[in-house]
Amino acid sequence: MFTFTIRRLILTIPTLLFISLVLFTIVKLSPSDPTGNLPLTIPPEVREKIRESLGVNKPLLVQYLLWLKQFFWLEPRIFLEHSFGWNLGTADETRLISYQTRSPVMDLIVQRLPQTLWVVGVAYLVGTLIALPIGIISAYKQYSVFDQLGTLVSMIGFSVPPFFSGVLVIVIFSVMIPSDSYFWLPSIYDTTHEVTDWASFKYQFRQMIMPVMVLALQITAQISRFTRASMLDNLNQDYVRTARAKGLKEKTVVLVHVLRNSMIPVVTVIALGIPSIFGGAIITEQVFKVNGLGQLLIIAIQGGDVPTVQTLTFIFAILIVLFNLIADVLYGILDPRIRYD
Amino acid sequence: MTDIPQIAAQPRNQWWDVWDQFKTHKGALIGAIFFLVILLGVIFGPWLWGIDATFIDIRSRNQGPSFAHPMGTDQLGRDSFARMMAGGRVSLAVGLTAMALAIGLGTLIGVIAGYFKRLDGLLMRTTDLFLALPLLPLLLVIIMLFRDKLNAAFGPEGGIFILMVSAIGATSWMQTARIVRGDVLAIKEREFVLAARSIGTPNRRMITRHILPNVLSPIMVSATLGIANAIITESALSFLGLGFPPDFPTWGRLLFDSVDYLQQYPERVMWPGLAISLTVLSVNYMGDGLRDALDPKIRGR
Amino acid sequence: MKLKTALMGAAASLAVVPMAMADGHEGERGRDGQLNIIYWQAPSTLNPYLSGGTKEVESASLVLESLARFDNTGALIPSLAESIPTIENGGISEDLKTITWKLKDGVMWSDGSPVTSEDAIFSWKYCTDENSGCAQASYFDGVENMEAVDAQTVKITFNAPKPFPYTALVGAESPVIQAAQFAECLGARAPECTDANFGPIGTGPFKVDEFKPNDVIQFSANENYREAGKPAFATVLFKGGGDAAAAARSVLETGEFDYAWNLQIDPNLLANMESQGKGKVVTAFGTSVERIHVNQTNPDPALGDERGTVAHPHPFLTDPAIGKALSMAIDRELLVEVGYGAGGQVTCNVLPAPEVYASTANDACKTQDIEGAKKVLADAGWTAGGDGILTKDGNRLSILYQTSTNAVRQDAQALIKQWWNELGVEVELRNIDGSVFFGGDPSSPDTFQKFFADVEMYTNNFAGVDPEAYMANWRCSEIPSPETQWQGANMQRFCSEEYDALVDELATTAGIDARAVIVKQLNDMLMQSYSIIPLVHRGGVSAHANTLAGVKITDWDSEMWNIADWYRTGN
Repeated sequence: MFTFTIRRLILTIPTLLFISLVLFTIVKLSPSDPTGNLPLTIPPEVREKIRESLGVNKPLLVQYLLWLKQFFWLEPRIFLEHSFGWNLGTADETRLISYQTRSPVMDLIVQRLPQTLWVVGVAYLVGTLIALPIGIISAYKQYSVFDQLGTLVSMIGFSVPPFFSGVLVIVIFSVMIPSDSYFWLPSIYDTTHEVTDWASFKYQFRQMIMPVMVLALQITAQISRFTRASMLDNLNQDYVRTARAKGLKEKTVVLVHVLRNSMIPVVTVIALGIPSIFGGAIITEQVFKVNGLGQLLIIAIQGGDVPTVQTLTFIFAILIVLFNLIADVLYGILDPRIRYD
Repeated sequence: MTDIPQIAAQPRNQWWDVWDQFKTHKGALIGAIFFLVILLGVIFGPWLWGIDATFIDIRSRNQGPSFAHPMGTDQLGRDSFARMMAGGRVSLAVGLTAMALAIGLGTLIGVIAGYFKRLDGLLMRTTDLFLALPLLPLLLVIIMLFRDKLNAAFGPEGGIFILMVSAIGATSWMQTARIVRGDVLAIKEREFVLAARSIGTPNRRMITRHILPNVLSPIMVSATLGIANAIITESALSFLGLGFPPDFPTWGRLLFDSVDYLQQYPERVMWPGLAISLTVLSVNYMGDGLRDALDPKIRGR
Repeated sequence: MKLKTALMGAAASLAVVPMAMADGHEGERGRDGQLNIIYWQAPSTLNPYLSGGTKEVESASLVLESLARFDNTGALIPSLAESIPTIENGGISEDLKTITWKLKDGVMWSDGSPVTSEDAIFSWKYCTDENSGCAQASYFDGVENMEAVDAQTVKITFNAPKPFPYTALVGAESPVIQAAQFAECLGARAPECTDANFGPIGTGPFKVDEFKPNDVIQFSANENYREAGKPAFATVLFKGGGDAAAAARSVLETGEFDYAWNLQIDPNLLANMESQGKGKVVTAFGTSVERIHVNQTNPDPALGDERGTVAHPHPFLTDPAIGKALSMAIDRELLVEVGYGAGGQVTCNVLPAPEVYASTANDACKTQDIEGAKKVLADAGWTAGGDGILTKDGNRLSILYQTSTNAVRQDAQALIKQWWNELGVEVELRNIDGSVFFGGDPSSPDTFQKFFADVEMYTNNFAGVDPEAYMANWRCSEIPSPETQWQGANMQRFCSEEYDALVDELATTAGIDARAVIVKQLNDMLMQSYSIIPLVHRGGVSAHANTLAGVKITDWDSEMWNIADWYRTGN
């Protein structure tokens, strides 16, 4: 398993390089333009000047190589300088600059990370923690009232998109409930809010409730369905009968033997989901004005901001490759019969 | 196992057994009937209902449900009932086709990657690549490259339909592929597979007879979630101008457009929301029933 | 040459009166606590020279000021300048080639240093540097030189007579920036000065405390602001994100915010929110007109690379009769009612404002006349074919109608399609994401410049109050073509020698009355060619809380132009 992991890790480098090239080609080919959102009163020749100053018109390969250099050579050094106070001579080099804000892309990402981790990360955690027990119980008591209710809620939860559920909870908790009520919740997420004491933590908690719940509903629906299906598959297996026949406690049978063998698809789904935390939740972030990484990405896409889109999607790609590797390693731990050599 | 006399009497096609089992699953039966009703409604409804989905009667705008307009009218006075039926056609067609495409592709790649060790690396890295592709720029590129060609070949509506379905299908098979592969990796090492292999079962039979039936449940779940996903994605694409023409109703679009009117005309958002949820629910129950019916251990229990 | 204009007269008279205290509300600076503003499109920088977006310009206008600006009536008022230069007061030379601005005494930057004429000159140099990619460069068009007469006086020299010289360093788009802060940021180095771009030092009522690009800005009152007791608010939270409906809701329904910008949503919805009694909807009209451009060239894909070029005239849309019929079939009143409410007015001109320039020759279009339109088409020789679609000489009257994605536009598209269908015109609708449609990427077939459709609808306007550059958009030389990488503003490919000659004449004509005559003529020529079908004169729609007073929304300048005068009222 160890050599497998090392081999796969080495293999990720050419994979990621190839992915970065494909991403770059797509992002560059896509027809949105950095001057597209400017008012029409700005004349074409000025727009051309703007494009020129952004370097949009350079040959594709030159732009790609420059991005590679900035991403893999310059930015890591700047990171080291910031973290340890070393001087690696980066002062004169041009950083990876966003077309829209004309500021370093990495700074933007670092700025957005906290709110995305708070909202999307917590939602993922909450969603998973709710989903697992629901999935297990629904499978164990298939067709019970609990199971039927779980099915109903998760199916509706999944088919109602956040652009609707988000607005619905805003209308209920921010509009219909008067703002002096204890149950009133803010509809606009304050990204400048800092948690320093109990009162500010309480506010942070309140402003997180709605976006987290809306997101968690979707995540719960998905994970609980896969858990349930996989548990059902395993509950009928011969080894379960054997384990029961051996006189093992029912709890041990279900929660140790069956659950462990049912985890493979669940681990896959969760491993696929974790990178998406970083990708942010575009719609939910927009509905609650969280302005995290999802919003950064969508605005960059709409604004034809190639460096930002490229960097964000590439970091996303790194996480995808990494977490799929972790999932593969976990398969081997969950089921030692799986071998990759 | 009390059915022995029946089997002895006549070698029955196994699909009849599946159907018999499916019939006994109450949820599945209700789901199937419901799905059929929706399907028939959206196929034949627009012919029977006299009002065209795009007809604007501006004087009767923003009306609640009435005899003339059972689901009310929208902000331009278009009949919501007609729009729901017309929208259902597109949404169901897109949802089912895109889902089928995604599931088919995902299962194929997942099974091959899980079963044939040699192809695993390449296929899974391809999956990683697709997972990493940003949907929106990708679609913009696809549309820029192919829209005019497809329009020329299949007409504007056919062209967009093919474009949407393949775009949604091509960008949503990866999860199924990963899940199926994970399961196949584990199943492949089970005793019954080893046993089958020891008697020289060829790969193809191995996959269809032994592997596939055992990964059916996650596929069913993926399929159910896939329909909902395709319907919603379609609405997002249409909204961005990447999909059907703006006056072309679909459930996702109707839902999206009516969200702003949530407080004033809550029924307007209810109809498409209900339609999508009920479709997904009925497919879910059908999937449950089918899964049980196909499982030889449950069947005949 | 005498330059006597109603406009400038008004400006001069206003200049004498110091800005009156709004509604007599006075008191200490910062007495009213926090002001919450929501712009659902978030500003990406606070340097308007680096991004020309409205959101950036307006957010920066809390901090940066120019020599003069436009008030809510479109009149010019001095801000950093002592008065508005005119020919009468000697500020503009008789040959119209120089303008001399004098700065107010004792104006300080928020860091306490004095504002000098060098700052103004630096701002010009900063924006006109070859490599800066300055978004507002067109405001400095024709500026040959800027020089400091003394520390308080700037003289701008133009390379040709400039009948309307109030562009450079006037209005929120071209403010004065601090030379000391941006000294190292000229040209290609501009993007490297992130701290300066995100926190410009200004002379305005507020200064930047924290800027998070595309998210939120925190401002606090500028203690060196030149007017005592202003601004009334100690801090401003300027939040971005979400959509227009959510922004409206946060002011009119939940009351979390005090001011929301650009609320182009269903007027019925907005009215309903307003009826909750927490806030008011306000509108201001500038020069924006929602219009349909009628393609004069053939967009047929079969033409390959020559698609949409003047080499191939459109098979039927070059006939003004068709444009006329299409225009007559539209009920503009209804479009306003359904899509714009108080934020729109029916118009029959591509140039509806300022009032002196607005023609009245085309007002017949204000009432819908479907029967008349049918008759126009019948007279032109169009007859209904078997499927009810009009045909003539083998051409079917079938139209592809494109616009950008926007709920109001899609409703208008659906309505107009139905009216045109009644005439026997077949209509296919298409909507394109705004970033692609307005993006101008030469590789995309869906840009409004390429115009690979028969008609397209969008809004255009011009900045400031002088329409000369705007009317020059429809010269033959402005036609987008492959040779110009599809750049150019003459979207419908209108071309007339007579029109071009008249535009040239306008460029050398001084005196607002004489200019108005020419401008009206130009407008009428365009209207009578029916290559542009104007629909709605659009205003900016914003909303503010009932507890916020002093708001005077304008479309001629930043909506925040008088934020120093805003205050909180008791209720």
